[in-house]
Amino acid sequence: MLQNVPFWPARASTTANNVDALFTFLVVVSTLMTVLIFTLVVYFAVRYRRRAGQRAEQIDGSHALEITWSIIPFCVFMVFFVWGAVIYFKERTPPQNSAEVYTVAKQWMWKFEHMEGQREINELHVPVGRDVKMIMTSQDVIHSFYVPAFRIKQDVIPGRYTVAWFRATKPGTYHLFCAEYCGTSHSGMIGSVVVMEPKDYEAWMGGGGNQPLAVTGEKLFSELGCVTCHRSDTQGRGPNLVGLYGKPVLLEDGRTVTADENYIRESIVAPTAKIVHGFKPIMPTFQGQISDEQLNALVAYVKSLGQSQSTETGGKSMAAATPQPQ
Amino acid sequence: MATAVVETGERETYLNKEYGIKSWLLTVDHKRIALLYLMSITFFFFIGGFFALLIRLELLTPAGDLVEADTYNKLFTMHGMVMIFFFLIPAVPAVLGNFLIPIMIGAKDLAFPRINLLSWYLYIIGGILMVYTILAGGVDTGWTFYPPLSTEFLKTNVVTAALAVFVSGFSSILTGLNFIVTIHRMRAPGMTWNRLPLFVWAHYATSIIQVLGTPVVAIAVVLVALERLFHLGIFNPTLGGDPLLFQHLFWFYSHPAVYIMIVPGMGIVSEIVCCFSRKRIFGYKAMALALVGIAVVGFLVWAHHMFVAGISLYAALIFSLLSYFVAVPSAIKVFNWTATMYKGSITYQTPMLYAFGFIGLFTIGGLTGLFLAALGVDVHVTDTYFVVAHFHYIMVGGMVMAYLAGMHFWWPKISGRMYPEGWGRLAALLVFVGFNLTFFPQFILGYMGMPRRYWDYSKAPEFQILNVFSTAGATILAVGYLLPMIYFLWSMRYGKPAPDNPWNAAGLEWTIPSPPSTFNFDEQPVVTWEAYNYDEIKQEVPVAH
Repeated sequence: MLQNVPFWPARASTTANNVDALFTFLVVVSTLMTVLIFTLVVYFAVRYRRRAGQRAEQIDGSHALEITWSIIPFCVFMVFFVWGAVIYFKERTPPQNSAEVYTVAKQWMWKFEHMEGQREINELHVPVGRDVKMIMTSQDVIHSFYVPAFRIKQDVIPGRYTVAWFRATKPGTYHLFCAEYCGTSHSGMIGSVVVMEPKDYEAWMGGGGNQPLAVTGEKLFSELGCVTCHRSDTQGRGPNLVGLYGKPVLLEDGRTVTADENYIRESIVAPTAKIVHGFKPIMPTFQGQISDEQLNALVAYVKSLGQSQSTETGGKSMAAATPQPQ
Repeated sequence: MATAVVETGERETYLNKEYGIKSWLLTVDHKRIALLYLMSITFFFFIGGFFALLIRLELLTPAGDLVEADTYNKLFTMHGMVMIFFFLIPAVPAVLGNFLIPIMIGAKDLAFPRINLLSWYLYIIGGILMVYTILAGGVDTGWTFYPPLSTEFLKTNVVTAALAVFVSGFSSILTGLNFIVTIHRMRAPGMTWNRLPLFVWAHYATSIIQVLGTPVVAIAVVLVALERLFHLGIFNPTLGGDPLLFQHLFWFYSHPAVYIMIVPGMGIVSEIVCCFSRKRIFGYKAMALALVGIAVVGFLVWAHHMFVAGISLYAALIFSLLSYFVAVPSAIKVFNWTATMYKGSITYQTPMLYAFGFIGLFTIGGLTGLFLAALGVDVHVTDTYFVVAHFHYIMVGGMVMAYLAGMHFWWPKISGRMYPEGWGRLAALLVFVGFNLTFFPQFILGYMGMPRRYWDYSKAPEFQILNVFSTAGATILAVGYLLPMIYFLWSMRYGKPAPDNPWNAAGLEWTIPSPPSTFNFDEQPVVTWEAYNYDEIKQEVPVAH
């Protein structure tokens, strides 16, 4: 359906199919409504044009009609709402076992780092049929990660992670745009997403030679001295981080938060924001002392510590898993 | 302008009562203040329009070849700021509302005539700050002022632009306050709430938004200025701030602001559709209720501008749902205008042609709003040309059409002269055609994925053809907008003198001479009839069939 409509954008993800279906439905309903209103206006204007000696017939209104043309549109609107919400829910919930790509946006480029340690600028290579989760942050202003062929868009914000995911369905090279105005070269902050067959992707990945992101993180973890407090036993002055990712954490103030990427990130740059129950606020901040890329590596490392647990939650590389059926 | 309209005989009018610059700059007559606003907003409309034309010319070709990237960013920023804060928001309330509300309710003036003049001066101070911002090198934050770009990164005149918005905001608040008090306290005997023209209801609803919403945007832009000057750390994440906080504050006003622009237009169209159909409005109470409903529910939908900004999943669901709620009263209005024409006695003078255009374009603008409220679709089309097309359909297709409809309808009352009907109809047609040619292709561009605020799209040349249509349309639109400006000026000297009621229209404003005298009514009117009592009025529309 709709493969050869002129001006229709390329469709290359599972989400794109869902969005196009709802969009088509919206176009049909709106066209019908527009035609109805235009026809009535033109018909009334001609049919009831002024004729000599003929008076307008005064009608005050009709409760029945008012209720009808409130209720019927409302019901149609609720269909739009529910359908749109269902798509959005899927769009905002990355599947378990997604491959992960850490993304740092800055004026005016996109920097990607795969779990295998492969780095790219303004170009992102992904295999067909694999769920890919983008874990994104910005070094300066707000940007927005937008791939029209995938029908996904997510603002990328300094100081935190935002997440988007997709599963590409068709090999090809697609536009990557920055969709949030970000200064002088906003329109130059563009690149491409290259979707490849899995075997081509393996070939592109090459024989390795890169240091996996979590390994980079592990080295940093020692270099920065994190390891002296966050020991892998219960003797450390800081919490043990093994198996942390994805788990609830009880805080000193009684709240419980989930240890997601944003929590781990915040605990590094603003350690006193959330103190774990039973620990003292003694950790120094690393705000401004490590780059966003280093932060990503640390987060990836802490997440990889979680993988020793039974639930497989984070830190998947694209090559590690076999492609899933489309 | 004062001297041009004197030959209506010896009768003293608000125009010929006094002459000289002082009699205008120190006037407390709501009608003269309306004309001061008319001149000021027309000035800003053509400045904003000029920026728009440069934007369209740049986008004619994919490469960024006409102006520099920074210049382009300034152009769309200043186009937005000038058009929204200095044209669209004041246009109908401060010109037509100011002129007509006291007359429509049978009063001599607004409740606070001096505050009304103060409003204009605040607007002018804001306007001077805006002009200074432009002349001093411009500003390139986008009209949305998003931090941390606006607070930490740009080197342009962000602070003066913020001040311009801040000061002009107070003009808007005071006008709203003045209208609310006037409508509550100054109605003539017999002018009950159920007899108010919908134009007055619309301004009542608008005034509530102005008074409640504008302070929030004023706070937001002041915080931007303070953050920029003193690095307070309210929005800047490296200082512990939250950039999304600004977006919430900004849209808390700036979404309802859309209704400040469109709701008065709905009031105008209601008056005109009734007059040229010779009919009572279909469903008066539903129409009045829908206006107030839009104003109230309009306050609860702001975060639908932020579905991809990083708000929580559940917040997005609530705001999507509420956005559909606000669509219902809008639908009611379109159906009621259409139903009003049923079994009418319809003529096609210029105001009615604009009203037809309004109904059509507002319908398309409203329906495409349903696309944007649908979460899954919004993710794809937000921040693209789809959004640009959508809000221009509402604000230009809707609001500017309504404004021009109203200007033509009440021009005889305001100036005492008739505009040339043939030219009027031609301009209405040009505006309609030019508008659709400009903005319809942008819906398609948006779905194809062309982002907003792009100076250069040479890596995506597939966008060019639709941009060429859009630019062609913009030139037609420009002619359509220049024509009324020319013939309105021409008519002040050469137009036929207008009778008191050239359209045989209902409403108190048509019971007094054109142009009115300074105190509007020689004796206190007493209202004994319902609004739109077209069954009791002569049926013909006497001018220019």
